[in-house]
Amino acid sequence: MAYARAVVRVGVEKRNRWRVRLEERIVRTLLFLCALVGIVTTFAIVLILATESVGFFEQVSLVEFLTGTVWTPTFANPSFGVLPLVTGTFLTTAIAMAVSGPVGLLTAIYLSEYASPRVRRVVKPTLEVLAGIPTVVYGYFALTFLTPLLQRFIPALEGFNALSAGLVMGIMILPTVASLSEDALYAVPNSLRYASLALGATRFQTVWGVVVPAAMSGISASFLLGISRAVGETMIVAIAAGQQPTFTFNPLRAIETMTAFIVRITMGDIPHGTVEYRTIFAVGLLLFVITLALNLASEAIRQRYKGARL
Amino acid sequence: MIRIESRPEWRRREHRREQLFQLVGAAIVLFALTTLTVLLVKIFLDGYTRLSPEFLSNFPSRRPDEAGIKAALVGSFYLLLLTAALAIPIGVGAAIYLEEFAKRNWFTRLVEINITNLAGVPSIIYGLLGLQVFVRTLSMDRSLLAGACTMALLALPVIITAAREGLRTVPNSLRYGSLALGATQWQTVRYTVLPVALPAILTGIILSLSRVVGETAPLLVIGAVVYISKLPDGLCSPFTVLPVQIYDWTTRPQKAFQENAAAGIIVLLMLLLAMNAAAIYLRNRYQKRLAL
Repeated sequence: MAYARAVVRVGVEKRNRWRVRLEERIVRTLLFLCALVGIVTTFAIVLILATESVGFFEQVSLVEFLTGTVWTPTFANPSFGVLPLVTGTFLTTAIAMAVSGPVGLLTAIYLSEYASPRVRRVVKPTLEVLAGIPTVVYGYFALTFLTPLLQRFIPALEGFNALSAGLVMGIMILPTVASLSEDALYAVPNSLRYASLALGATRFQTVWGVVVPAAMSGISASFLLGISRAVGETMIVAIAAGQQPTFTFNPLRAIETMTAFIVRITMGDIPHGTVEYRTIFAVGLLLFVITLALNLASEAIRQRYKGARL
Repeated sequence: MIRIESRPEWRRREHRREQLFQLVGAAIVLFALTTLTVLLVKIFLDGYTRLSPEFLSNFPSRRPDEAGIKAALVGSFYLLLLTAALAIPIGVGAAIYLEEFAKRNWFTRLVEINITNLAGVPSIIYGLLGLQVFVRTLSMDRSLLAGACTMALLALPVIITAAREGLRTVPNSLRYGSLALGATQWQTVRYTVLPVALPAILTGIILSLSRVVGETAPLLVIGAVVYISKLPDGLCSPFTVLPVQIYDWTTRPQKAFQENAAAGIIVLLMLLLAMNAAAIYLRNRYQKRLAL
């Protein structure tokens, strides 16, 4: 059908070739502009984060921002040490990775090296569904299910805490880590497995001694991407981890992450142009730089292992 | 390191290890399944008592048993339509340019790296972008349009990637056939490539738009309002969406509001389920067509 239509159209257009050429140029330019939108977006992000941050750092010294341990930008006597937000983010990210790292890797190994097609048919859609659940739903789950459950075993656990937010975040990131790690394991050529097995190694030894080391770069790339997701995740921590910037590494306490801080400030009506308003862009810049570095590192590792010949 | 071992007790140990790992695998499968089941069951048990026609047709209220999600549901629907109207033409256009027109040079590579990186930017950063560019600079205020523009930028990288994958499923022989008949490049794309690639592109687009429906953070940042007692009547009216309403109810201390949140989540998950079912239906139809 597509063929026939093309033939007819071309026959008609041939009579006014200049019009066809003009149309071709216009369309090409329009499509080019579409492709340009991506670059414009990146520039816009960098530009707004940078300009507002410059305004912020005219009033707050960079040293105070990066080394201070008290974060009270909305108080009458404000203090702008971002470290409590950084430790809060670090804490939830570390807990999330403690779940999704090992479980994700084991899931990937199990799916790619052990599981029968029947098991795969169950597990893969389950992971896809877990990946498709909105983060606000995970937040609800952490706050109303996991925290009360954990409080039965850990009485010291506060109502808002880094622990259950981090654990649920780990479940959220699990599909990312698992599917990217599985891709990496899948890319290991079978010849390596056969060689190892032919030498008398067991399957366990083959997996841990040959396949996993060969896929190590891809696995670490998936971990880096997982960390980046955890750092940028907003809703779970805004709901379940609390909104108290505390300089602590205690997972049982209420904390505040960089993302949750941005939510808290924008929910209140902070007037435009004030230092308080600019803090969200300074924190946003820090968040952007961290996630960009992680994403670039992950991409670089992935590209390298794609090129590597085993 | 691989050690080749043949002593019987070593072999037994290896066997045990093998079995142990099988067990670990099974445990993990169970873990994923259990988590998902517990999550869904918990939410259903919390929320199902609140599900009623009134819940769908009432506006938010200070009294939890009178509160409903009408404004949020309609807001989500409008936002989705508007975002789709903005993001699909641009996203598919960019994909066509990159797949069908662009030469392989430094610029194309730059665009590609860019898109990969944009896909990894946390969604809340898009919220800051929308707040500064659309809400303030272009003074759209906290409007439906500002929300849709922000969400369109957020969805763009995913849509471009999905559309490119769709275009790649079209075999080159079709392109050569069209070009050999004297069609220009755009005519080839318009009358040959796009009709064939459309179902695959659509599938990808629906899946990326289903993320827009569940997205909360950027809309909180640009200021989706929670208390809305009338439906949005234009591009510039204030709005709320389902996830924002759920967030608001979740963060309230009263248990009754949290039940509302759970009921809202059930509706949201149904919506996502419907979108994904549509995508799967399209994919299956399209696979049958390719088999012909």
